[in-house]
Amino acid sequence: MDDRAKYRIKQLSIFSENRPGRLMDIARDMKEAQVNILGFTIAEGSGYGVVRMLVDKPEKAYEKLTSEGHVVKFTDVLAVKMEDKPGGLYDLTVMLKEAGINIEYAYGYRNHPSAVLILKVEEVDRAIDCILASGRTLYDTSHFK
Amino acid sequence: MAAWNPKMEFMPREELERLQSKLLKALVHRMYDYSPFYRERMDAAKVHPDQIRTSKDVVKLPFMYKKDLRELEPERLFLASNRELVRYHASSGTTGHPTIVGYTQNDVNNWTESVARALASAGIGQDDILQVAYTYGLFTGGLGLHYGAERLGCTVVPASTGNSERQLDMIKRLGVTAIACTPSYLMHLGEVAEKKGIDFKRDTKLRLGILGAEPWSEGMRERMREWLGVKGINIYGTSELSGPLWCECAEQKGMHVWSDQTLIEIIDPDTGEQLGPGEKGELVVTMLLKEAVPIVRYRTGDISTIDVEGCPCGRDHPRLGRITGRVDDMFIIRGINVFPSQVEYVLMSNPELGNEFQIVVDRRGALDEMLVRVELKPESFQDNVAKLESLKTRIHERLKNVLSVSAEVELLEPGSLPRFEGKAKRVIDKRKIQ
Repeated sequence: MDDRAKYRIKQLSIFSENRPGRLMDIARDMKEAQVNILGFTIAEGSGYGVVRMLVDKPEKAYEKLTSEGHVVKFTDVLAVKMEDKPGGLYDLTVMLKEAGINIEYAYGYRNHPSAVLILKVEEVDRAIDCILASGRTLYDTSHFK
Repeated sequence: MAAWNPKMEFMPREELERLQSKLLKALVHRMYDYSPFYRERMDAAKVHPDQIRTSKDVVKLPFMYKKDLRELEPERLFLASNRELVRYHASSGTTGHPTIVGYTQNDVNNWTESVARALASAGIGQDDILQVAYTYGLFTGGLGLHYGAERLGCTVVPASTGNSERQLDMIKRLGVTAIACTPSYLMHLGEVAEKKGIDFKRDTKLRLGILGAEPWSEGMRERMREWLGVKGINIYGTSELSGPLWCECAEQKGMHVWSDQTLIEIIDPDTGEQLGPGEKGELVVTMLLKEAVPIVRYRTGDISTIDVEGCPCGRDHPRLGRITGRVDDMFIIRGINVFPSQVEYVLMSNPELGNEFQIVVDRRGALDEMLVRVELKPESFQDNVAKLESLKTRIHERLKNVLSVSAEVELLEPGSLPRFEGKAKRVIDKRKIQ
C-alpha cells in the first residue's frame, strides 16, 4: 500500500439546508451513533451550508448520516502538526506557495501542546511529500481514532 | 363623458340577447363554411350550424383550447388572407413557442371600440391625459390601450415600460390624470416617487389607474387609494381574445363584457358544464365578431364569476368578476405568464438536480418575487461551495432566458420537498389576492 495513504484523513462533508435545527439533527445523529467530533467547520453558501467534520469513526458516522437522509461525501484532507508559536502558519504557507500547491480551504484547531491545521488541496500526494520533506509532521488516520 | 357608444352600451338586456343570438348564428355558419379546422371540430362534436338558433345553444359547440392556438399553423387557424391582415401580436408560450394572433382592420376596430367603451365607463374622457405604461410591441397591452384611448379622444402619453424617473417626470409635467400599467408597477412608481420626495397626492394630478395583466387584490386597491390617491380600475383581456378588452365601470362592480362583441360563460372546469350567475368556475369566451382568428368557447383557464344583474351605471351587459385563480398551474408574475412546465423544463435539463421542485411566489414591497426551490441529487453534491454556487448561477440565468423573469434559486437536500401521489402542487402563491 502506498505509504502516503495513511495521511489522507477522511473528512465528512455534509450538504445542509440553511434552516433552524439542521445542525442539531447532525449533532443528534453523531450522539446517537456514539461518534466523537474532533474537528468541525461550516462553509456557508447562499441558502445552504457545507458542514465539514473530522470524527473518530468516519464510516459509522457516514452510515448514520446517510441513513437519516443526509447527503454526505468523504473528502481527503491533510492534518499538519503545527508548532504552537507565532509564525508557524506563515512558514508552512511559504513552503506550499514555493511548491506551487494551492490551498482550497483550511481550518485549524488547537491541540495542546501543539496545534493542527486541516488542509484541503487538490494534489494531495504531492502536498504530503512536500510537507514531510520539509521536516514537518502529518498526523495519520490513527491520530483520529 | 359617461359612455362612448350610448346606444350599444345602454341597450336593454332582451335586445342584447337577441343581437347575440343573431351574431352567434352568423359566426357559426361562417366558420363552418370557411374554416376546415372548425368544420372538423363541429363534425366531430356532431353539431351542425343549423342547430345553433339562440345564444343559449352555444353549449352545443366544442371547446377551444390554448394549445389549438399555439400548435396550429396560422394558415390553418386564420380565416383571413395575408392581404386582409393588418397586424400580428403574440403571447409567450409554455416552451418559448409564442401564440400568434392576427388581426384584420375590423378586428382592430372592434378591439379599439371595446377599449374605448371600457375606459369611458371607468370615467375617462376627452379632458384626460392617459399615460400608457404597458409594453408596446408584440404584447397587446400597450397598443390596445393606446388605440382605445385615442379613439375616445383623450390625450395619450405612450410611455411604454421602464425608466420610472422619466415616467414620473411625464406624470408631473404633463399633468397626467390616468395611467395604464400593471398594479405592481404603479406601486413601484409610488415607491420611486417617495424616494425622490414626490407626493403623488400633492404633486400630481393622477387619479385613475387602469390596472391589469396580473392578479391583484382589493387590499392593494385600498392601499393605492390611500397612499397615492389613485382609484384602481381592474382591466381584463388576453392576447388570444385581442388584448385588453373590458374594465370596471365607475361603480366597480365587475367588468362589463360587451354582449354585441362577446359571449361569456362560466363552466365547471372538470365537467365542462355551464354554471349559473355568481357561481365560480372557468371563464369561457366566444368572440362574436372576430374575423382573422375565430374564438369560440375558448377556455381561458381563468377562474371567475359572472354577474347578470343590471349595474347601477345603467348598463345591462354582464359583468365579469375579479379573476381569482387559474385552472392550470399558470401564474402571472410582473405581467408575464409563467407555466411550471417551463421551470421544469429548465431544471430537468440539469443532471445535478432531482425531480422535485417548488415555485414560491410572493410580493415583497410592490414587486412580485419568485423563488425556485429544487433538490440536489446526492451524487452531485461535492465539497466545493464555489461549484455549488456556479450551479445555482447557471440555473438562475437559464430560467431568466426561458421565462423572461428573474427567479431566485434555492438548492435543497434530497427528500426535503413534499411528494405528491396525484397532481403535484408546484406553485405556492403567497401573494394576498382574494
